[in-house]
Amino acid sequence: MLLNQFLLLAAVLFCIGVYGVLARRNGVMVLMSIELILNAVNINLVAFGAYRDAIAGQVFALFVIAIAAAEVGVGLAIVLLLYRNRASIDLDTVDSMKG
Amino acid sequence: MLRNVWVIPLIPAVSFVLILFFGKRLPRKGSEIGIAAVGIAFALSLVAGVQWIDHVNDAESAAGGGESASGAVLSAAAEEHDEADQGPPREGEGQEDHGVAGEGQGGGAGAGEGEGGPAEEGGHGVEPVVTGVTWFEIGDKPFEVGTFVDGLSVMMLFVVTLVSLLVHVYSTDYVHGDRRYTHFFAFLSLFTAAMLFLVVSRSTVQFITAWELVGLCSFALIGHWWEEKPNSDAALKAFLTNRVGDIGLLVGMIVLFFAAGSTFDIPTINTLANEGQISHLVLLVASCSLLGAVMSKSGQFILHTWLPDAMAGPTPVSALIHAATMVVAGIYMVARFYGVFWNGLLIGDSNINLLAVVGAVTVLGGAGLAFVQNDIKKVLAYSTVSQLGYMAMALGVGAWTAALFHLFTHAFFKACLFLGAGSVSHAVHSFDMKADMGGMRRFMPRTYLTFMVATGALIGIFPLAGFWSKDEILAGAGQLGGGGDGYVLMLVAGVLGALMTAAYMTRCVYLTFFGEPRGAAAQHTPHESGPRIVVPLCILAGLAVVAGFVNLPDTGAFSGIPESLALRFEHYVEPVAPYFPEISHPEFDIGIALVSTLVAALGISLAYAYWFRGAFHGGTERSRALRAGYRVLENRYYFDHLYTGIVAGGIKGPVAKAVYWFNQNVIDGIVNGVGIGARRSADWVYANIDQRIVDGAVNGSGAGAEGSGQLLRRMQTGKVQQYGAMLFGGTVVLAGIIVFAF
Amino acid sequence: MVAQNVTFGLLAAVIVVAALRVVTTRNVVHAALYLVVVLAGVGANFLLLGAEFIGVTQILVYIGAIVVLFLFGIMLTRAPIGTTVRLTNASWPSSLVVSIGLAAVLGYVLVDYFGDEELPENTRQLTATVSDSIFADYLVPFEVVSILLTAALIGAIVIARRD
Repeated sequence: MLLNQFLLLAAVLFCIGVYGVLARRNGVMVLMSIELILNAVNINLVAFGAYRDAIAGQVFALFVIAIAAAEVGVGLAIVLLLYRNRASIDLDTVDSMKG
Repeated sequence: MLRNVWVIPLIPAVSFVLILFFGKRLPRKGSEIGIAAVGIAFALSLVAGVQWIDHVNDAESAAGGGESASGAVLSAAAEEHDEADQGPPREGEGQEDHGVAGEGQGGGAGAGEGEGGPAEEGGHGVEPVVTGVTWFEIGDKPFEVGTFVDGLSVMMLFVVTLVSLLVHVYSTDYVHGDRRYTHFFAFLSLFTAAMLFLVVSRSTVQFITAWELVGLCSFALIGHWWEEKPNSDAALKAFLTNRVGDIGLLVGMIVLFFAAGSTFDIPTINTLANEGQISHLVLLVASCSLLGAVMSKSGQFILHTWLPDAMAGPTPVSALIHAATMVVAGIYMVARFYGVFWNGLLIGDSNINLLAVVGAVTVLGGAGLAFVQNDIKKVLAYSTVSQLGYMAMALGVGAWTAALFHLFTHAFFKACLFLGAGSVSHAVHSFDMKADMGGMRRFMPRTYLTFMVATGALIGIFPLAGFWSKDEILAGAGQLGGGGDGYVLMLVAGVLGALMTAAYMTRCVYLTFFGEPRGAAAQHTPHESGPRIVVPLCILAGLAVVAGFVNLPDTGAFSGIPESLALRFEHYVEPVAPYFPEISHPEFDIGIALVSTLVAALGISLAYAYWFRGAFHGGTERSRALRAGYRVLENRYYFDHLYTGIVAGGIKGPVAKAVYWFNQNVIDGIVNGVGIGARRSADWVYANIDQRIVDGAVNGSGAGAEGSGQLLRRMQTGKVQQYGAMLFGGTVVLAGIIVFAF
Repeated sequence: MVAQNVTFGLLAAVIVVAALRVVTTRNVVHAALYLVVVLAGVGANFLLLGAEFIGVTQILVYIGAIVVLFLFGIMLTRAPIGTTVRLTNASWPSSLVVSIGLAAVLGYVLVDYFGDEELPENTRQLTATVSDSIFADYLVPFEVVSILLTAALIGAIVIARRD
């Protein structure tokens, strides 16, 4: 297996995730896209770990998963709050900083 | 005193200023300052006169004493640069050029040139007293101002101060209570100062300055009662006519300046003219130009028209200025510049010249007009014109001393006549002889007496003053000139003039003092004037009697007169110096004396017959020629018509209209056009450049800023995703750059 | 080896398609479910790479916990369920451009740099090795992560509580 396969897959996933973050209106969908990004990073880490036979790849992927979990929790809490204040989580309407 | 004659004009000048500022507050309203000043000036003139006589006597005795004195360098005496009094001038022989000129250049070549000229006359050189101060230098030529005193100056000083003093005293009564009493005395003082300055001036610039100043004072004094238009008109006429003549003065002086090697020094100019160092043509041009000035200032034909009109001024002014002193400034100028005139007009060698002709015409013309005047002052004015003609004629024929002697005597008797006329008019408050006078001899005996004496002097009755001076003029006209034939025409003119003088003065005397009182004389009985009027009259009449004896001839019938008495005037006044040409002197001719006396008697008798006895009356009704002649005389030879109507009117009419058209259309057109053009271009600039370009740029920059701001603010959507997009986009770009460029 | 490559190909296709569906679908719940597919595919990839621990952990934590969280979030925020509402915002073209650009750059770099690098034959990494590493070399980060999780938990509670 080529290393590049995994790396390219990770890159594509990353870009799809970026597109999702930038183009989705729903706050939860944005969070999901962030998950895509994090998963892409995980693929990278593990692939390199496998390539170099470094266990640190897996270790760091584990940390990423943990942090992703934390982040989703907090993110969803924020989205909830946003929903509570506006009765909608349409990010297009969140533009009071508009200038 | 001779070295310090500058004090003499200074005193009346100071008095002018003092009277102007303080006169009104003084008890006698300033006249006391004026009289005191002129009195002091008169006293100093007497001192100067005495000193001059001593000076001449010393020169004479030194010359008579030893020829070896020729080596004495007396040039040192006359040349200096500052007022430093270097002691009494050293007399002696040889009045060398440098000594006389006093140009401040070391006149080394002193005595050697004593040959020729004065020495051969058996006479002596009399140096003038010259002082000078270098005012400034142009290049290497120093410009000096100073005084130049010789016999002529001293004589003029005496005459001017004496007549001025008497006129001052007279005026205190005559213009008493006048609206501008103080002003009058101020200007009298200024005039006296200016006239005195004129006669001692050393450079042509000083001369011209003083000339103009006396003209100014004449204007101010003629127009003393300027509230009445005829008076101010007369003053303007006097000033403007003099201005016309002054063109000649300036041209002549400029020509002489350059001809004499860029110097203003009068003695130098004359000396150079005498030595033949200035070409004859140049001297002729200068003489003719200066003649213009003489014609205007001394009332010669054709610029005489202002003098009779000048009688609009107060009578003391007429006496002082227009009889005795100012009008003789022209004569004085010719006398002072005689080197120029003698050599320019070739007076000594010809039988007719321009100056003599002008003088002769003036004699006859002025005398003719005196016949048809009703105003007593105008009669005397034309008489003055005529007598000035005599003086000019005398200078024209080469009888220098005769001319100045006549000036001397004329000053006294003419001033006496004017003051007497003033006295009479003061009594009847009118100057019209025919209307308001007559039989005044009963009411004003003293005035009558002095008037008669002065008239006799004017007519030339032996032994009054006028006889001697007029006779010398006639002798000169008969004897001097080229080839000894004399100026025959001038002689004839002079004799005719004497006839006419006698006739018109008799007419004047008759109308004023004889016959029955008419008009104002009849209504209020006139009375004799006060002492301040009568005493000057008496003094002047006395002088009119004795003044003639200062120049008794010593030839002909008078050969027996001792030398100490004969020709005293000539002795002291006529210069003997390189700046004065060698002239001949007429001898006393008993024939001419008898002729002139007979002619005078004829004139008196003719007039007597006409007026006292009533003969020849009605001549103008019978004869058309006489009537026409009368009309010409009445219209004063139509000179005034010529000047006012044709010359001035021609200029006022078409020429002025043309100039006005040019001014309005061309000049104003240009000016307005420039203005309009400037405004239009300004409007264009405003509309296009300012409004569009400049404001456009300013507004444009503002709009651009705003627009770009509006554009850029769209970035601030407030949407985080958009910010994120931009972030990522930037990162992509950056990464691309790094990857692909490095 | 061939089997691995084929497996990898299949998995990659599934992952990419599912990911694309996640970001393009109009139904939020469908998006969550597609996310599950993606996560599962990624977990399978880990197993393919021989990282057994992480593969299992991925399935456990991500799919088991995080997706459930997502579904709860969707439910609580009453996200519109159904296909009536657009879920893409107005500026998606520029986002597309950005992501494509990013992909291009990344792709180029990867291809250029890593070229034909091959993974070793046997890349199996034991769980024991992982735990050894965690509790020995990376102990401190591990503890910090625990504290982070706690903090996040507490923070989420605080943020989302009703008072």
